[in-house]
Amino acid sequence: METYTAMRHFADSWGLLAMALFFVGVIFFTLRPGGKASADRAAHIPLKDED
Amino acid sequence: MNNTITIGGLVAGAFLALLGAGFAHDDLFAAHMWVLFFCLAISTVVVVRRVDFSGAGRASSRDDQSGYFDEVIRYGTIATVFWGVVGFLVGVFVALQLAFPALNLEPFLTFGRVRPLHTSAVVFAFGGNALIATSFYVVQRTSRARLFGGDLAWFVFWGYQLFIVMAATGYLLGITQGKEYAEPEWYVDIWLTIVWVAYLLVFLGTILKRKEPHIYVANWFYLAFIVTIAMLHIVNNLSMPVSFLGVKSYSAFAGVQDALTQWWYGHNAVGFFLTAGFLGMMYYFVPKQADRPVYSYRLSIIHFWALIFMYIWAGPHHLHYTALPDWAQTLGMVFSIMLWMPSWGGMINGLMTLSGAWDKIRTDPIMRMMVMAIAFYGMSTFEGPMMSIKAVNSLSHYTDWTIGHVHSGALGWVGMITFGAVYFLVPKLWGRKRLYSLAMVNWHFWLATLGIVVYAAVMWVAGIQQGLMWREYDDQGFLVYSFAETVSALFPYYLLRALGGAMYLAGGIIMAFNVTMTILGHEREERLTGQATANLQPAE
Repeated sequence: METYTAMRHFADSWGLLAMALFFVGVIFFTLRPGGKASADRAAHIPLKDED
Repeated sequence: MNNTITIGGLVAGAFLALLGAGFAHDDLFAAHMWVLFFCLAISTVVVVRRVDFSGAGRASSRDDQSGYFDEVIRYGTIATVFWGVVGFLVGVFVALQLAFPALNLEPFLTFGRVRPLHTSAVVFAFGGNALIATSFYVVQRTSRARLFGGDLAWFVFWGYQLFIVMAATGYLLGITQGKEYAEPEWYVDIWLTIVWVAYLLVFLGTILKRKEPHIYVANWFYLAFIVTIAMLHIVNNLSMPVSFLGVKSYSAFAGVQDALTQWWYGHNAVGFFLTAGFLGMMYYFVPKQADRPVYSYRLSIIHFWALIFMYIWAGPHHLHYTALPDWAQTLGMVFSIMLWMPSWGGMINGLMTLSGAWDKIRTDPIMRMMVMAIAFYGMSTFEGPMMSIKAVNSLSHYTDWTIGHVHSGALGWVGMITFGAVYFLVPKLWGRKRLYSLAMVNWHFWLATLGIVVYAAVMWVAGIQQGLMWREYDDQGFLVYSFAETVSALFPYYLLRALGGAMYLAGGIIMAFNVTMTILGHEREERLTGQATANLQPAE
């Protein structure tokens, strides 16, 4: 198969699936039940010092 | 400081520039190398004169107190304000050129040469310096670590200024590769690549040696901006020079593939340079100025991933109804529309950071500036996806509507958030209690806001009128208007656009004055909103 066609097929099948799964994984990980406390700590990073 | 390496590099560079001028393949390259030679020669003299033979006078005392490397950020802040005013001024000039063609002063100041000077001055010189300076500031504070690489940060700053000067002088000389926002020719592109890699090293190195366990979300946005711009810049500028000592080069891509590469670059320059980078700014400076944490940190993470996953596909919407395959156009449109979600999520996150402190919009002009920036972020990211819909695009494309849209994003979002950050930074960086004048910030705010409103509204009317005139057929199937008629119809709008731009420029000049007076240590006596009641006696 021609390189262009092979890459095209990969991009709209497994490539797309991998990226979609990664993205959904990120959302689930971010919204996981235990995530709120660490997110709140992270949100205060800029405010911890005076400058 | 004995800048042995710096002086050696400058002298060698100046010598190479001289050789380039002498052996140039064409006159333009010779002229451009003379510009480079004089820049490097003058820099050499300046650096040599600053050599300190006492051996003891190392790093400045101000830096030692905070432990952070702030001197380069002070230079970056001044460069931001300077290039901002220059870029706005050139913008008003090109706006007037459109209204009064006699202002096309040949050969150096014709519209075709001055227009890329304006876009590069505001995007890369003003915006780029703002991003470099604030990213250095934010990454140090949120990592609690000094900048990595020592004097490498100086190389990034001065190397970037050299890129700006070479790009700008190249445009005026007529050197361009004809790609929008990527006009500089191959040798200037190579220089920017070197500077950008150094920038990545400084930024990433600082993150790696951080003392804070978590990487704050602003740094994610800044890092995405640096990495993506490197990728876009290298791929879009892949080209073969005609001569090793000549200006002309030919792109590695041909036809529609070149066009798609260009707009993949062009739209992501908007998405990652003008959006992701400045969102990094928003996620640090808005919480700092409001003195409260970002509304939802988890939303900011989702904002980040959704933005970078979707933006990269949106470029084909610049090529609707062209030779680009239909599926690619539709892909670009669909991803542009999906961008509504992360953009509005981010806008809500920024605005709701003020939840419980809305009074600050009334009392704090800097906060007001930032809120207006976020509002314009929301408005222009609503307008953009709408314009990417093919049916809308068939009316809006190639008209002044597009220019209006770009400016509501650039003046409203990029400009206002940068002004807010500059006003936040200047007193902190120079150790002043407050700005010289908050009343002037207020003036700047209103001049800028009204300037954008005039600009954007006028361009909407002009663009829609232009688009409708272009597609107006009579009952015989002939076009009703000649192209020249559609141009002359726009004259009043072009005048009003120049007025809007001039108001924005006036705001920029007020900022430059205010910042200068703050740096010099002056404080203007003034009574401010919200503090006026502080002297009243409580009723007992």
